[in-house]
Amino acid sequence: MSGDDHIYSVLGQEHGGDDRWAFGTGFTDALAGVDTTLPEGVDGDDLALYCQMLGDDALVQAQRLVHWVTDAPELEEEVALANIALDLLGQARLLLSRAGQADGTGRDEDGFAYGRGPAEFRNVHLAEAPRGDFARAVATLLVLSTARLAVFTRLVESADPVLSAIAAKAVNELAYHREYAVSWTLRLGDGTPYSHERMAAAVADVWPLTGELFAAHPVEARLAAQGAGVDPSALADEVHGVLAQVLTTATLAAPAPFPEPAVAGRDGRHTPDLAPLLDELQRVAREHPEATW
Amino acid sequence: MSTEHGTADASRPEWPLYEVFVRGKRGLNHVHVGSLHAPDDQMALHNARNLYTRRNEGVSIWVVRAEHISASSPDEKDPYFAPSGDKVYRHPTFYSIPDDVPHI
Repeated sequence: MSGDDHIYSVLGQEHGGDDRWAFGTGFTDALAGVDTTLPEGVDGDDLALYCQMLGDDALVQAQRLVHWVTDAPELEEEVALANIALDLLGQARLLLSRAGQADGTGRDEDGFAYGRGPAEFRNVHLAEAPRGDFARAVATLLVLSTARLAVFTRLVESADPVLSAIAAKAVNELAYHREYAVSWTLRLGDGTPYSHERMAAAVADVWPLTGELFAAHPVEARLAAQGAGVDPSALADEVHGVLAQVLTTATLAAPAPFPEPAVAGRDGRHTPDLAPLLDELQRVAREHPEATW
Repeated sequence: MSTEHGTADASRPEWPLYEVFVRGKRGLNHVHVGSLHAPDDQMALHNARNLYTRRNEGVSIWVVRAEHISASSPDEKDPYFAPSGDKVYRHPTFYSIPDDVPHI
């Protein structure tokens, strides 16, 4: 047996002799070694807007989820929701950084997160909708993570190597978000009559907001044609099938078809719920423009 | 701090306690890392993943209901463990180890 085959020596190499394994080791950079030059045939301005659409969905939903911290039904669920918010925030950071590279402005992630008003945010309305009760958070997460997973699974093949690398990192996170939402949908839907009622009400509240997820913005359509993006209108049947299976297994009513898709948030047209959310998100950066973190 | 969102209801029974064991990347054995509350085994695994592996600590998790663990009693500490304290010959320390045998 050579030295490299020995389990201890391999483990030792991997962690550089760091004994503090409890703090976590072996972290990886999702974008290490990825070519950041804009691929030929992909429009930079379109790619920048597209990255903002995907990034803003994550950033705004993360900010909503943060409202559960210190206010979740159980400590364990609080940490779970905070973890999911952090995953989404991580995706947003990479996507908004890519937006600044693609449009040539060189704006960084903070420039996008803190320097834009509501009309410049490109997230869907479902991401900005009020938090509601725990069942509502589960229903929102179920729909958003299922649709986002369908998009990102395909984005792994994107012609943009950065988008591809971000998607490859994100699919595992999104698969876990969906599993978390599915497990709670099943528990609450197939739980007590009261939990069933609350879960059914949450799905009914969320459903009118689902159509927008499958409305192809012209930017999405163009980038899909260039091989860099995904046309969400092609994913509606697949996502509906997944959601229908989850909801019926949870003894909830089979879902109605998605409402007629119509672009709104992707064009910067938002509900009144977004402005207060951004106000909270951006306040520190606005009041202390010189601050660093 | 009860709210309309259903936070912390004192009348609600607590979820059972679980003990969590994580196998780290660098270790071969599962190591006890802490405990948590969960309504059943599957959610205990979910919660353990969220509480104890979020800093990239682990590659495998065991959870077990705390009530299913049989533990030695602190009162019996001496009868249990003191007898081995003076039996140095049970350690293989009287062998000479060749230089090229690592990790012993």
